[in-house]
Amino acid sequence: MTNFAEMAIAKAINAGLRKAMSEDNKVLVFGEDVAQLGGVFRVTEGLHAEFGESRIFNSPIAESGIVGTAIGLAMRGYRSVAEIQFDGFIFPAFDQITTQLAKMQNRSEGFHKMPVVIRVPFGGGIGAVEHHSESPEAYFAHTPGLRVVTPSNPNDAYWMIQQAIRSDDPVMFFEPKRRYWQKGPVNLDAPPQDLYSARVLREGTDLTIVSYGPMVHTSLQAAEVAASEGISIEVIDLRSLSPIDFPTIIESVKKTGRLITVAEAPNSFSVASEVSARITEECFYHLQAPVLRVGGFDIPYPAAKLEEIYLPDADRILEAVDRSRAY
Amino acid sequence: MNANDSVPMVQMLSPEGDFAVPKNYAEYGSYIERLTEEDFLKFYRDMARCRRFDNEATALQRQGQLGLWIPAIGQEAAQIGSGYGVGHNDHIFPSYREHGVAITHGVELMSILKMLRGVNHGGWNPDETRFHLYGIVLGSQVLHATGYAMGVKFDGKVATGNKAEDLAVISYFGDGATAEGDISESFLFAANTHSPIVFFCQNNQWAISSPTASQTRVPLYRRGEGFGVPGIRIDGNDVLASYAVTAKHMDDAREGAGPFMIEALTYRIGAHTSSDDPTKYRSDEEVAYWTARDPLKRFEVFLRRQGIGEDFFEEVAEAGEKLASEIREATFALKNPDMEDMFKHVYSDSHPVIDEQLDWLKRYEASFGGEN
Repeated sequence: MTNFAEMAIAKAINAGLRKAMSEDNKVLVFGEDVAQLGGVFRVTEGLHAEFGESRIFNSPIAESGIVGTAIGLAMRGYRSVAEIQFDGFIFPAFDQITTQLAKMQNRSEGFHKMPVVIRVPFGGGIGAVEHHSESPEAYFAHTPGLRVVTPSNPNDAYWMIQQAIRSDDPVMFFEPKRRYWQKGPVNLDAPPQDLYSARVLREGTDLTIVSYGPMVHTSLQAAEVAASEGISIEVIDLRSLSPIDFPTIIESVKKTGRLITVAEAPNSFSVASEVSARITEECFYHLQAPVLRVGGFDIPYPAAKLEEIYLPDADRILEAVDRSRAY
Repeated sequence: MNANDSVPMVQMLSPEGDFAVPKNYAEYGSYIERLTEEDFLKFYRDMARCRRFDNEATALQRQGQLGLWIPAIGQEAAQIGSGYGVGHNDHIFPSYREHGVAITHGVELMSILKMLRGVNHGGWNPDETRFHLYGIVLGSQVLHATGYAMGVKFDGKVATGNKAEDLAVISYFGDGATAEGDISESFLFAANTHSPIVFFCQNNQWAISSPTASQTRVPLYRRGEGFGVPGIRIDGNDVLASYAVTAKHMDDAREGAGPFMIEALTYRIGAHTSSDDPTKYRSDEEVAYWTARDPLKRFEVFLRRQGIGEDFFEEVAEAGEKLASEIREATFALKNPDMEDMFKHVYSDSHPVIDEQLDWLKRYEASFGGEN
């Protein structure tokens, strides 16, 4: 009998962290306000009471220091899970992440493993002030040496955080913050799949949507509406943005002949751009229409009263579905 | 601020080679009392070895055998002295100019030349020597050192009561790097966690063309104070002060005293790197002033006064020539890396994108029929 539990994404990450911390005493959790408070989103709630200050502690408000010390701790045999409080606050750590964490295994010819997980709540839709709604994943997916993943549902959240912690490579773990309280079943017995593989969440025959993180939910909504109009859409959740599981996308596009990417990040130079370029290379003769990208605009994330217009919704996706099908 | 201002400084060997332990620094004197004549000779031998290595590497760079050279000439006392003050359990996180410290911990010198020839990015094994890879982005390695020291603290390897088990960390950086936020964050993390680390700043007075005054208005040994990291300035051209002060504070760190900063006032007699032209930004008089305070000459005067004879200095010079011809030959013999090497260690686990790219590259190269 499989054990299932119903929980929200935030609680699933919390449960995954708790499991990883109990299984391996080299796993440390730190970042700004993660200890007694449990983080500003309460993702680490209760862990300080359970594991104590030696395993989970508050860092000074210094993001470069958080990542830089995680690197040193990795050299000493620790597996750090460092929290960056918000997407827009990651940039003071950008240097340590891209010039050090990403390159250390290569520089040391494999001598130093870098089992560091950097948790980042990302994306908009929460009515926040500036710097609290961004989608900076492309910077990291562009950087060799890093792995970038993002769960879209509680089951993946629970398992992917554990798989990320077990990885000897550095993993950027982007959490869809506006979906933190979305509930779903979690299989407590076995992970659904490998960390770096995509998953077909809904099968379809007319068009493929590739999405990840918070936009997976929106993409599924759009597919549901399309189905009521007789259009069969296949929805793929990338889960891993670096590496991207291209075989799963290719297989789908060979079947449907049409591809739309859906993400919150600005389209230019994005994960969506990479998917579009690769699928054009790999599936040229199978495509019935150009790959279309539904994403954020190439502007700074707007003030909260405009974010509903900025963020892709089911209608924006369906508009692209119509354009794709018109070819 | 002028580097020659009247900041208190630990000096045991005057520029004229006179030895005396100042009364207010007596705590460091006992470290010199424990040294034997063989230790003194070892210090000199390694300073001379470092100098000869440096000169030969400069020649190799000029002849196109190295892509770049980073001379440490003038800083040998700061490096050899402090390097020997670091215990064998301790871990060292260097910047990119610490050839002298590398010598004191048995790092294979060819691995440094390999890196500067462009064969790799510095692939020596930090576990054998406890000497970590060179950090090139200024200040970045100091946070790694701090994280390592935090790990040592978490492991309970501080003040265990068994000296063979305790360990501490030392991180090297320059006057220029102190301006980087990573250094300030390192002080803060180390102080907050009371971790066993010594911050060793070689103030060689020039960050490429920028003088120390453009990095700080307050003497650098005080940089850590506001974070809770006390510091001291030493004469970085005095190998004995460098040894004693480092040894003392590494001992203290191992015994639970928390972080400490040492500023070694020295001078970069050579260029920043082989690509630099220091004549454009500093005077001949200044260089002459510091050349007269050369750490090797000072220590040689001291040793001769101790009765060390000409034989020793001849033997050192001969060993230097032998080293020079050995590294010259070994440099010529260095093989270029295989093209697979640049893909091999990017990730620990296999990665489909780069696996595919390597596979393509192999087929592409093979398409030329082996002529590549």
